[in-house]
Amino acid sequence: MKTESPPKILRTVPREKAFYFFTSIGNYTGIHASSLKEFMEKIGEVNVKSLEFHLYRGDFEKWINEVLEDKELATEIENLRNLKYSGDMLKEHLYSIVAKHYERASSTF
Amino acid sequence: MFYHGKGEDPLKSKNNSFTLDATDFKILQALQEDARKTYTEIGRLLGIAHSTVYDRIRKLEKHGIIKKYTTIIDPEKTGNKNVIAIMTVYTDPKESEKVAEKLCQAPQVLEVYSSLSEELQIIAKVIAENQESLHEFIAHSVAPLPGVLRIRTSIVTKKFKETHFPMVNDPVKANTYKKNT
Repeated sequence: MKTESPPKILRTVPREKAFYFFTSIGNYTGIHASSLKEFMEKIGEVNVKSLEFHLYRGDFEKWINEVLEDKELATEIENLRNLKYSGDMLKEHLYSIVAKHYERASSTF
Repeated sequence: MFYHGKGEDPLKSKNNSFTLDATDFKILQALQEDARKTYTEIGRLLGIAHSTVYDRIRKLEKHGIIKKYTTIIDPEKTGNKNVIAIMTVYTDPKESEKVAEKLCQAPQVLEVYSSLSEELQIIAKVIAENQESLHEFIAHSVAPLPGVLRIRTSIVTKKFKETHFPMVNDPVKANTYKKNT
């Protein structure tokens, strides 16, 4: 059954609340995401160094928890961090977690 | 601030209607070395009356050539462990002025310049309490600015030289001044 309004996790946030992908302290790639859909797409696009940088700082879970307000996805990403993946393995797993969550959220709307 | 053009004798340069002469330059140089020098000390150094030094300094202040007197602090000796970084912000040319203006408003930003190489860049010197607060500032206050394309940041690990705008651009001339005074 479809809900009347989209869940918070599917909304587009203003640019000051978007996620900005960096590769290291102060080095911004020029890639940002303003929604979960964009975030999922950009995971595939951005250099894996950026994913490693943010995952091990806890930036992804923080943004998803505080901005998109989805504790479940934040926890899944936190668990992924604990598996200590890197490179393409990390990219694939992160994409897969986010994509599943996005599909599930979209299907209920 | 006083600037002179290419090939122009600094002694004959003009700033609007005000012309600086050799004595003005020598006074400015003396003040740059030590802004606490008295009128009498400067007068003695240059062989002119202290009242002349007073009048000229007032005139230089009035015309904005002397912008202010300040204190240079050695942060290392104060025990300050702040992080200094040089941040290069690549911008959309249409938005670069606005980006520079926004950076100027941030207390973390000490200096802002624009540069045109292959792309338009805004270069800024940034200070932060630590690397994390530097990153927070760049991620939350600089990257989201409209027109910012990407950012490269280098954290300064050691300072080899720091000087201030020399009174005479040509260091050889500057040394000649020193020898003559």
